[in-house]
Amino acid sequence: MASTGTASTPVRQVPGLPEDATGQGDRPIDPNRPPLDESRPGGRTGRRIRRGVVIAALIVISFVFLYPFAWLLAASLKGRGQVFDNSLWPTEFHWDNYVKVFDELPLASWMMNSIGIAVLAAVSVAVSSSLVAWGFAHFRFPLRGPLFGLVLATMMLPGAVTMIPIYLIWKELGFLGTWVPLFGANLFGSAFYIFLQRQFYLGLPRELFEAARIDGANQWRTYWRIVFPLSLPSFIIVLLFEFQASWNNLQAALIYLNAGSPEDFTAPLGIAYAMTKYSPTAGGQGDYQYVMVASLLVTLPMLALFAFGQRYFIEGVATQGRKG
Amino acid sequence: MTQLRADAAPAVARTPRAARRRRAKVPYNKREALTGYLFISPWIIGFLVFTAGAMIYSLVISFSHYNLATNTARPAGFDNYAQLFTDPRVATSLGNTLFYAVLAVPLEILVALGLASLLNQAGRGAGFFRTVYYLPKMTPAVATAAVFFLLLNGNTGAVNQFLRIFGIEGPQWLVDPTWIKPSIVLMTLWGVSGTMVIFLAALKNVPRELYEVAELDGAGVWQRFRNITLPMISSAIFFNVIVLSIAAFQVFDQAYLLFWRDQSNASPEASLFYAIYLFQQAFRQFNFGFAAAMAWLLFVIIMLITAIQMKFGNRFVYYEGGKD
Repeated sequence: MASTGTASTPVRQVPGLPEDATGQGDRPIDPNRPPLDESRPGGRTGRRIRRGVVIAALIVISFVFLYPFAWLLAASLKGRGQVFDNSLWPTEFHWDNYVKVFDELPLASWMMNSIGIAVLAAVSVAVSSSLVAWGFAHFRFPLRGPLFGLVLATMMLPGAVTMIPIYLIWKELGFLGTWVPLFGANLFGSAFYIFLQRQFYLGLPRELFEAARIDGANQWRTYWRIVFPLSLPSFIIVLLFEFQASWNNLQAALIYLNAGSPEDFTAPLGIAYAMTKYSPTAGGQGDYQYVMVASLLVTLPMLALFAFGQRYFIEGVATQGRKG
Repeated sequence: MTQLRADAAPAVARTPRAARRRRAKVPYNKREALTGYLFISPWIIGFLVFTAGAMIYSLVISFSHYNLATNTARPAGFDNYAQLFTDPRVATSLGNTLFYAVLAVPLEILVALGLASLLNQAGRGAGFFRTVYYLPKMTPAVATAAVFFLLLNGNTGAVNQFLRIFGIEGPQWLVDPTWIKPSIVLMTLWGVSGTMVIFLAALKNVPRELYEVAELDGAGVWQRFRNITLPMISSAIFFNVIVLSIAAFQVFDQAYLLFWRDQSNASPEASLFYAIYLFQQAFRQFNFGFAAAMAWLLFVIIMLITAIQMKFGNRFVYYEGGKD
């Protein structure tokens, strides 16, 4: 975690829970730990063999996890009909699949819609949750404890319970078929992100803000000039998590955009549409390779996101566990 | 996504710090309190509209026959709730969902814990493998479904081809009703890495000295796992079981994409999960009243299961430093 000191250190530990739950697999072994009794059977050599077996197992398992990706890449380059043969190597490489797919399907439009919605969803939920979290972390006010309990309680609520009323609200406001229902509720914060950012704020030294207040900065300025810049790591966690959640969100798109024209679909809804269009069983055209190309192109931004923000994703997931 | 994180989080509101504050009973500063409310006001508005308001609205709808065309609701009394017991598909979908949960949750726990244990012993290479194992988690559900649709093909699919190496003739995964739910479980297991990361974080927190002492005392691998690892990570197991169970009861994407996406085709009843049937009732049939009643039944079931798990879980969960 050394390289991400800013991301991890200020996150305050929940009292009673052990330190460092970041789950970094590459943490070096504690140099101060007492040496093991190497003379015993199962000492150094035994240990080395065991580690070798572990690594071998991990490599084998890697193939299981990576096979679908390799297969997807291969399938995206196959010709019509060959895509169903399930071989890992195309007999003919159809590079033009990657060009044709944009004629066959409004994929560019789906990607733009998804990017637009995901950016709006991520930014709005990160900003609003940050403000709310700061309110809960820094200020004392009546009912603060019960209200925060309520924030956490909302995490238990299955989305299905509010799905229909929220649909009716957006319908009443005339937003069906627009992007608004896919990010609008994010303007009001989201429980898990409020929890996560509040944890972060509680770890910041209080003196920092007292000093700013004495200097005459008002609360808004303090937040904007001091708190926000300091909390950038937790802000990035929220941005990445929500971007991914929005990018993958099939159900909301089904509810709000399915009735519109295919150009207005998001990427997941679009691929669902393409699956039906090219499905061999549904009287489709069987050009399933286009589904494969689209699937690959929709997955790539997520892999790029992970490449950029791996430590934030791992940190965010570990934070979930830390609550338990 | 947020519902997945519902958990034992309210413990945080009872931190010693909060308790100490409450006991202090320092009068509130009016200005500070007002600023605090201002910061959390986005959440308050969102809660009143999208949670509390929506819940009340949902309850009202569940007691009415809702007509979407005219936006009018005719009182229905308990009709919708009575229908929950007379509609055989409610029982079918509930049974399917329960079957899926009972199969998926233990397997997810076992696989995630197994992988995390391996990673925990891998030393420096662990970071690389963790990245590889996390990639499926980044893959959108549509892409997963599109790929597994062919990987699980009974005749040419890679899974059955692999099984043939060992002389096993695999089942018709996505066609044979018996194997439909195990197919979905397989897809879920491919993305098990989120759970794995939480376990890995917990494993990192087990003090090495415990193992060393146990080893000196001659404890074998299994004894060390049984008597040290399991108790020390029991709270992580507990957390994951609850979160995964809640998620399992809302399983939707994969089943929808593989079986219910295409409305012109007959879909196997074995793939009718509760969330699928609810979605169909709400947004295909527009039976809002009945769907709302279904949602409330789901809410009650999830609450009951979580409560039971909490009751039994508390018995075996080991809290470092004692319970609060």
